[in-house]
Formats: sequence, structure tokens, C-alpha cells
Amino acid sequence: MRRRLAILAGLLVLAPAPAAADPPPIVRPIGSEQGTPQQRGSELFAANCATCHGSRGEGVKPGRGALGATGVAGAGPSLLGVGALAPDFYLTTGYMPLGRPGDQPVRARQRFHADEVRALTTYVASLGRGGPAIPPSAVGEGNVARGLESFSQHCAGCHQVVGQGGVVTGAKAPPLQHATPRQVREAVRIGPYVMPRFSTRAISAAELDDLVAYVHDAQAPKDAGGWGINHIGPFPEGIVTWLMGMVVLVASCVLIGSRLRS
Amino acid sequence: MNLLRALAGWVMLRLLARFSRGSGRLPEDRPRIVAPQPPHPRAEGLAVGLLLLAAVSGVLFVVLYALEASTQLLGLALAGALLAIGVALVVLAKRVLPTEQLAEPFPEPDPEQADEVAQIVRESGDGLTRKKLLLAAGGAAGCALGAAAVAPALSLGPLLDTDPLYKTPWRRGVRLVDAHNEPVRADDIEPAAFYTAFPEGASKELLGAPLVVVRLAAADLRLPRERVGWAPGGILAFSKICTHAGCAVALYRSPLYDPTEPDPALVCPCHYSTFNPATGGEVIFGPAGRPLPQLPLMIGRDGVLRSAGDFSGPVGPSWSGVRSRRPT
Repeated sequence: MRRRLAILAGLLVLAPAPAAADPPPIVRPIGSEQGTPQQRGSELFAANCATCHGSRGEGVKPGRGALGATGVAGAGPSLLGVGALAPDFYLTTGYMPLGRPGDQPVRARQRFHADEVRALTTYVASLGRGGPAIPPSAVGEGNVARGLESFSQHCAGCHQVVGQGGVVTGAKAPPLQHATPRQVREAVRIGPYVMPRFSTRAISAAELDDLVAYVHDAQAPKDAGGWGINHIGPFPEGIVTWLMGMVVLVASCVLIGSRLRS
Repeated sequence: MNLLRALAGWVMLRLLARFSRGSGRLPEDRPRIVAPQPPHPRAEGLAVGLLLLAAVSGVLFVVLYALEASTQLLGLALAGALLAIGVALVVLAKRVLPTEQLAEPFPEPDPEQADEVAQIVRESGDGLTRKKLLLAAGGAAGCALGAAAVAPALSLGPLLDTDPLYKTPWRRGVRLVDAHNEPVRADDIEPAAFYTAFPEGASKELLGAPLVVVRLAAADLRLPRERVGWAPGGILAFSKICTHAGCAVALYRSPLYDPTEPDPALVCPCHYSTFNPATGGEVIFGPAGRPLPQLPLMIGRDGVLRSAGDFSGPVGPSWSGVRSRRPT
């Protein structure tokens, strides 16, 4: 009985999480359009990020931070040493700013203007000194076939083999249909939310190029022919085949059952 | 339909006749009911041919199965056998057996009528000139198809012998290697990442071979008392085979920011069995009935991870009596 209850409770965990809180409005301090990227970034950071990440990006432990502008108690990881790679990823995917600490960030439109992203990225990268730089934006020269192999091994368990996304207990694995090559490169090294992180030992730079090539290819697959049914995955494809097979079977039954004309 | 009903009636009446005193024999001098039919040598030949084809296909399935051919070929052989039998039956029904529609009330059991039905059935078979050959061909097809259906059961392995299931390639001192046979060094295992490892010098195909290796902060571990020292430096190794249905535990839920995100967990993508690495592979969600077996680790002088013994429990999906023994 307890086990059943546990499974039931678990199913609730698997069920779509309650709608995430609306992201807070972006605050643009007066005069933040001027100044060096470093200065602008510092001002935007203080206005939009410091509630959760601390005034100098040192992070905020849950329950220790001051209430933010929207009345949210801040809590968030330290940004020291994350480099330019992480802020670029979180801001261009619209993952940040987050409505409520602890929500799973979901892909949304980019909330900051491009120049503001550059400013914030410059500022955050300067916080810890060092840290990884923004990876290249181009798809690159990766091998799609090797990428598929690598993707099946490292990514497909959660993201499904053509990157349609899926679930892991307690969280959603986002679809990769709109991920840019740069964001894929960034996510692999960061491991956002509950995704594991892949070091250069687990996925080398060359392997990452292959992966990016595969994800890019899977976003708009070149069909060799036939009916793609919108690449909705092997199970629906199987059902379509099954339905067509049923029609053939029914037709055969009618033929067999009909009387012989003589 | 009529034929079926007639056949069923005939079988029933034969049984009745056997138990009652009346003889089941039919008088030979009664007038025919079904008009005599011309023989259909071509249709019959076709049916025989098809049934023999079905037999060949069935045998082919067994041979292909023994040769471990691709599943497509196996499917083709089985489909061929079924299709040939089906077409043979259609041919017989359409070309050889008389088709006639008769409306009749549901008959009361009546010995007089029983004889009549039996006669109808017997005379209906007049069109079959090579009855024995047809029966033999049908029997061959049935036997071959039956053999095809039963053959895969041989893959179930020795009956009731579960000893091999407890065997794993892990012994104290066996080094961990990655998919390319490179030794896995303890320093290479980073937190928030997961790795697949295998025993050095053993087949990677064995059920007990693949491991999933993760590193947690040593302070976060809450291993059972008897497993103290199994995770040097917070490095944990578990069997990669889910204890529910034997899928590869390919998902690692690894929070980037512990305070507000779900705890680390190993998740099987098939049915979402979820195991807690910090407590030694305990099931925290999903249909798995047993914890994920943990492998004790130690770090050799060369810095390479080695197993310090065998798994904490049997690897893979459960079987009767699975909890009775430790793996060897």
C-alpha cells in the first residue's frame, strides 16, 4: 500500500509542474544606456540579478537574502568563475531572469537587448576572473553520423534521439528544436538545472562539434523520401504504420469473405 | 459459416453417437445431398504447394533463429509461413469446397439429422482427390509453424538454473576501463558528470559488466553502515542495468544548484525508475523492486579506480529467489 502511494506520489512528481511564476519585469536603471559595457553590466546586474546571485555574484543561500523587487526571497548559485559562457547561455535562452528561485528555467524570448546581454556577460565574466569564454556560433565541421552516435550515448536518454525533449523524474528535458549551435556548446559544459555537466574528457571539443552538427541536422532533417509525418518519433510512426496495416487487413478480410463469382 | 457449423455439429454428434448405443456408421445407400463435384486438381495442387511453402518457411525460421539472423529475416520467415497457410485455406475454401447458402432453424439434436450432416461433410470432401497428401502437407505446415513458435523458448536458458545470473566479472582489484579500454582514473571523475565504465579484460556484453560512475561530495553520502569505504573520494559505482526491466540507467539528474533543485538521482529512461546514489542506490521512484547494485571501489597506487569486491546485490531484472544470495 505504501509502495502504491509512493508510486502515486511519484506520478504527481512526473506530472507537469505547476506553471512557473512569471518572470520579473526587467529594470533598466536611468543612465544605464551609457558607459562602458562593464559599467552598464554592473548596473543591470545590481538591478536585475543581485537579489538571487548576491551583489558581487557570490550567490545567496536560501533564506539568507533580502526580499527582491517582486517580493521574492532570493536564492541562487555563485557566479564567481563561470566566465562569459554561462551568462551568455542563460540570457540568450531567456532562462534568466527566473520568476521564482527553484523553478525550472524554460526557454523563452530573450529578455535583455543584445547590447545589454553583452554588457552583463562582460560584467559576470569579470567577477571571478578566468572561466570559459563564449564558444563559437557556427555549426562547424562536425560529422553528423558520429554526432548521432555521441548524442545517443550522452543525450538521447533525456532529450530523445531527434532532440524532441522528454522528462526525467522531477524535471523536464527541453526540446532542442530552437537551440543554436552556441547554446548547445554552452549547455553541454554548464549542465543547466538538473542536466549533468560534460567535461572535455567526457565530450572532447571535436566530439562536441559532431554533436552540434547532429543537433543542427536533426532540427531540419533532410528527408531521403517517403512520408516524414513531421518527425514525431518512432512510436507515432509505428501507430501510423499500424493503422495503414489495419486498413489492408480489413480489405483482405472483405476480399476473402466475398463470394466467388461463377 | 455453414461448413463450420456443420463440422461442429458433426463432431458433437460423433461424440454423442460414441456414448449412446447407436452406431456412428452411415448407411451407404442413401441418396446424395450435395451434388457430385468435379475434381479441382489445380486448386488442390496450389493449396498443397502453399502449405509446403509454409512448412519450408517455418523450418527456415528455426534455422534463421539458430543462426541468429536479423529480426527482419525472422519476421519475414514467420510472415511467409502464416501468409502461405492463409492463402492455402482461402484457395481451398473458394475453389475446392462447395459454397452454398442454406437457411435453417437451429437444429434439435436428432440422430437422423446427424447422419445427414455427417453425410454432407463426407460428400463435400469429394472434390478432394488427394486427401492424404493435403492432410500431410497441412500437418507439416502446422508442425513447422509450431516449431517456429516454440524455438525461441530455447533462448530462455537452462531451466531453473539461476546460478549464472549471480556471476559477475568483478573481483577485488579489477580495474575500471572506459568504452575505449582506457583505465578510468579517480582524478578524471568530476562532480556533476556521469561516466560509463567496464571491467578490464572482460566482455563488455556481460550483464554484470557496465557501471555508471558518479562523484558526490563525500559529506552528502548516507551509505549503509556496512558500505563505509565503498566510495573513496565520494566516487560511487553502480551497475548500469536497471533492476526493473534491464534497461541501461542512462539518465543522471544532477542539480546545478542543490538548495532549490531536485537531489542527484540515477534514472532509467524506460520506466523512470529512480535511484538515489547518495544512499547506495535506493529506489526513490518508479517500478524497480530492488536497489541498484553498488560496487565497492578503491583507488590503486596508479590512481586508477579498482573494484574492491563484488556488487551489493544481484545485477539486472529480478527472478524467483533473487534476494536469497549475493553475487559471486
